[in-house]
Order: sequence, then structure tokens, then C-alpha cells
Amino acid sequence: MTTSRPSAGMAAPDFTLPSTPDQKVKLSEFRGRPVILAFYPADWSPVCGDQMALYNELRGEFARFNAWLLGISVDGVWSHAAFAMDRKLHFPLLADFEPKGEVARRYGVYRAEDGFSERALFVIDADGVVRWSYVSPVGVNPGADGILDALEKLGTGKERR
Amino acid sequence: MSRLTPAVSDSDHRSGPDDAPVTLVEYGDYECPHCGRAHPIVQEVRKRLGRRLRFVFRNFPLAEAHPHAVHAAEAAEAAAIQGRFWEMHDLLFEHQAALEDSDLIGYAKRLALDPGRMKDELAAGTHANRVRQDFRSGVRSGVNGTPTFFIDGVRYDGSWDLDALVEVLERAAEV
Repeated sequence: MTTSRPSAGMAAPDFTLPSTPDQKVKLSEFRGRPVILAFYPADWSPVCGDQMALYNELRGEFARFNAWLLGISVDGVWSHAAFAMDRKLHFPLLADFEPKGEVARRYGVYRAEDGFSERALFVIDADGVVRWSYVSPVGVNPGADGILDALEKLGTGKERR
Repeated sequence: MSRLTPAVSDSDHRSGPDDAPVTLVEYGDYECPHCGRAHPIVQEVRKRLGRRLRFVFRNFPLAEAHPHAVHAAEAAEAAAIQGRFWEMHDLLFEHQAALEDSDLIGYAKRLALDPGRMKDELAAGTHANRVRQDFRSGVRSGVNGTPTFFIDGVRYDGSWDLDALVEVLERAAEV
């Protein structure tokens, strides 16, 4: 079932997904820190400036807001592991693999006709509430300016310079 | 719509008149193959537009993907302090496979800069902050990979092949 995208002020739907063959990540375990949830269509995008590679470079910027970054696609854990190793990614990639796209559907960002998710960003505050979201037009890498604006507006007072 | 933040200022590396009718800003990485491919295209674009174009380059080194990119950017900044930014910029893009510190020091020598000073400044990270500032400005401006171009302050998501760039810049210059 595909639901509509949770809007700002709504509780972020909780989920548990594998991040590696033997580890799982539960969204609500991150309470107390902001979470950036970055849905992307697929591993192995053919360009070097791709979205996940960009966010990987920005870990220091996100860390200034004490925020966790989670990538999420319908690829399986083995693809994620190979992709992360090849691109030297240092943040978790979650496998929305079984049932396929279930979490993307719950966030209203699944493209059923394509079998993968939109490029969609959610900034979730320390209490698990969605504070900002954005769905990028197909084929356009959304960059990170919106994420940083949203983190700044959280006003947690925890920003470190 | 992603906008250039902060706007072009005196602290930027600028080529062409400040009152040119159109400004092209590139965020780039000296080790990025796509930027390497864009370099001769941008040079040709600059030639064709001539005095009607102001070109600005800002650093956006993808350090995880490109281990030499940060020092290469710092070397360009070091050359800038000694008045030779664009010469170093061209050398770096023309030698993307040779960006070890020893190569960078060699380029300083070739440009008749003080190689000892280049060596010291790279080791000390003298220009690291400047490069980092460029990078952060890129992030805030919506840079989503390299190269990313801005035309008159607005991110340009179209094709950057020669004909496409010339056409869009010609049009912007006429307005």
C-alpha cells in the first residue's frame, strides 16, 4: 500500500531495515539526534558526482548538527556493501528490499511503475518528527542545500562550529 | 531553484570584466574526470564570448573520491596569492593524472613561483580554510556534483557541451 508523504509536523513512520547482512537499523533508535533520510533510486549510478558520493563528502557538515545520515534504496545488502566499498561511503545504506520498497511506500515516495523510489529527502528531528521533506524531479540530484537549511531551522541549539 | 550563495565578490577568482553582461561560475575539482573534460570546453566558451563573459572558478574538491583534489585546490590558491591562479588552474586540469605534492611543487617551479613556499604552504595547510569556504559555499548554493555551473547566480542543470553552453550564455548576455 502506498500512503501519502508524511508532511512537516507528522511523526516519521518507524521502520527496521538491514544495513549489512547481519545488522539492522531501527529509525526510532536515533531519537535524540536529527536524522537525514535520503531515498535514492539505485546503487551504481554511473557518475562520480552522484548524490550519495556528495553526501559522503558532507558528513562533516551534517556532523555540525549532530545529525545521522541514512541512505535507503531497494537494493539488497550485498549490493549496498559492494557499492559502499567501491565509493568509500562511510554512512549506512539501508536495504528496502523485502518486501520491496515497503518503507518507500510508507513514506509515499515509491515509484511502483519503475520498481524503485524517488530521490526524496526527509529531515527528522530528535523527537522523530518530520520537519522537512523534498522530492527531486526525476534525474536531478537535489544537492544538500535544502537539508542544511532544514537542519539549521531545527534550532536545537546543539550546532557545533 | 538553487542560487549562488554568496554572490561573486572580490575574493573570487574572476576572469573577464566585472561588468560583463553574463557571469559563469564553475564549482570544480581538479581530480574529477568530468571537470577535466569540461575544462577545454569552458576555455573555448570563454574565447567565444570574449569580453561579454566573466568566468569565476570556485573549489569543490570531493576528497573521499579524489585523494589529490584538496591539495591540488590548495596549490591553485597558493599560486593565486602569488598572482598566478589561472596559470596553475590550467596546468592542474591539463595534468589530472599527476597531482602528487611533488608534481604540484614542480608546477610552481614551472610557473616561476617559489617552490619552497608551495611546499611549506601545502604541508601547513595554509590555504585549506579558503578551499573549505569555497566547498561550503557550494553546498549552500546547491552544488550537486562536479562540475556544477551557475549562470548569473542560478544553478544551470542543462548540458555543458560546447554548443549548449555557448547558446545559453549568448542568450543570457543579450538580455
